[in-house]
Amino acid sequence: MRKPIDRRPARRHLLPLTLAAAVMVMGTTTGFAANNAYCDWEMKNHSIDEPLCGLKGNAENGRKLAIARKKGNCLACHAMPIPEHDFHGTIAPPLNGVGARLKEGELRARLVDIKQLNPMSLMPSFYKHPDKLHRVAKKFQGKTVLTAQEIEDIVAYLKTLTD
Amino acid sequence: MIRQILVSIGVLMVFTGQSLSEPKSGYDFLKAETKEMQDDDFLNPGIQAVDEGRELFNKPGANGKSCASCHGEDGAKLDPKRIAMYPVFDKTLGKAVTLQQRIHMESEGKLGNKPMKYDGKDALKLEVFVRHLARGETVNVQTDGDMAPVIAKGKKIYETRAGQLDMSCAGCHVYYPGQKIRANVLSQGQGNGFPNYRLKNGKINGIHSRFNGCYKQFRAAKKKPGNDDYVALEAYVMSRGNGLKIETPAVRF
Repeated sequence: MRKPIDRRPARRHLLPLTLAAAVMVMGTTTGFAANNAYCDWEMKNHSIDEPLCGLKGNAENGRKLAIARKKGNCLACHAMPIPEHDFHGTIAPPLNGVGARLKEGELRARLVDIKQLNPMSLMPSFYKHPDKLHRVAKKFQGKTVLTAQEIEDIVAYLKTLTD
Repeated sequence: MIRQILVSIGVLMVFTGQSLSEPKSGYDFLKAETKEMQDDDFLNPGIQAVDEGRELFNKPGANGKSCASCHGEDGAKLDPKRIAMYPVFDKTLGKAVTLQQRIHMESEGKLGNKPMKYDGKDALKLEVFVRHLARGETVNVQTDGDMAPVIAKGKKIYETRAGQLDMSCAGCHVYYPGQKIRANVLSQGQGNGFPNYRLKNGKINGIHSRFNGCYKQFRAAKKKPGNDDYVALEAYVMSRGNGLKIETPAVRF
């Protein structure tokens, strides 16, 4: 009978391996990565008055997110004052003037979870808690559609649409 | 008072349930050039699959028999009206069966062939060929009796939100046909043209693969073509189109 081969890692590898394992365990058990922790929100009278995670939005970035197909993709359904792109969707109300029509908290509420206002809506709930979704593809599990910062950026952009 | 009641009844009749007052084929939502492509067998890119399917239909299987051995050369003995009823309830198996499932069962059971992939190239060619025999026939899926629970299950799946984007089939195809997502016109999502040729991907597409395509778009998990949920969903989707004509192979975007 042959002597069994010792497959244990060499002593010098033990410390880096243990550290790597610890980081991996921490990463998976916290659920959300440190910079994307889910912030709770409260909706009252169809408005979420507090900015998500206390963040400040950047309107210029919000406009880019509204156009980007893998982010807000707002043009898929809403006509918007974004003339450099053709073919805006017709499913949803146009957003020209929405910043004058709705208050900041009301805009935020619609982005976070439109179904609280309109249960029949086709619009994604961009910041609904991922545990409340059904049959999500593996690579999108555990994540909101947009991060809290992205929501705030789009809110800031929508506030500028005042005509 | 009576007028108000009558108007309310009218409004309720329009909005109640999922009943379509008028099923419309995806054909009605096409651009003129695409309609022309579908209407002309020399322009329709899906017709090639009909020819290739015919070859497979007539070709001897592992035990020397072919589909044509029982069903006639080029499917001459197949009944177009029966084809137009699929998915049907198979009393022996005790469950609903899609046309493609029937083809798989016959290929393995009667011809001794190795299993084909569901919605794989050969299976689709055969399904296109067989359905094409019923082109112009009226879709007539049973919705009562043994099929009632199957249709109900399919309807529930149709209306259930899924995916990270939290959408359902009904969300687009019941409430917004005719409206646009970016440049794409939404249709009623009817099944009468399947398997179809899509200009978007340049190939023949089976209906279960199309379900997966939609679910992928709202970031939902896909399911294996041929699974029981999709059989029920196909039955419901086809039944929504009862009254439409089979157009296989339809040309769509």
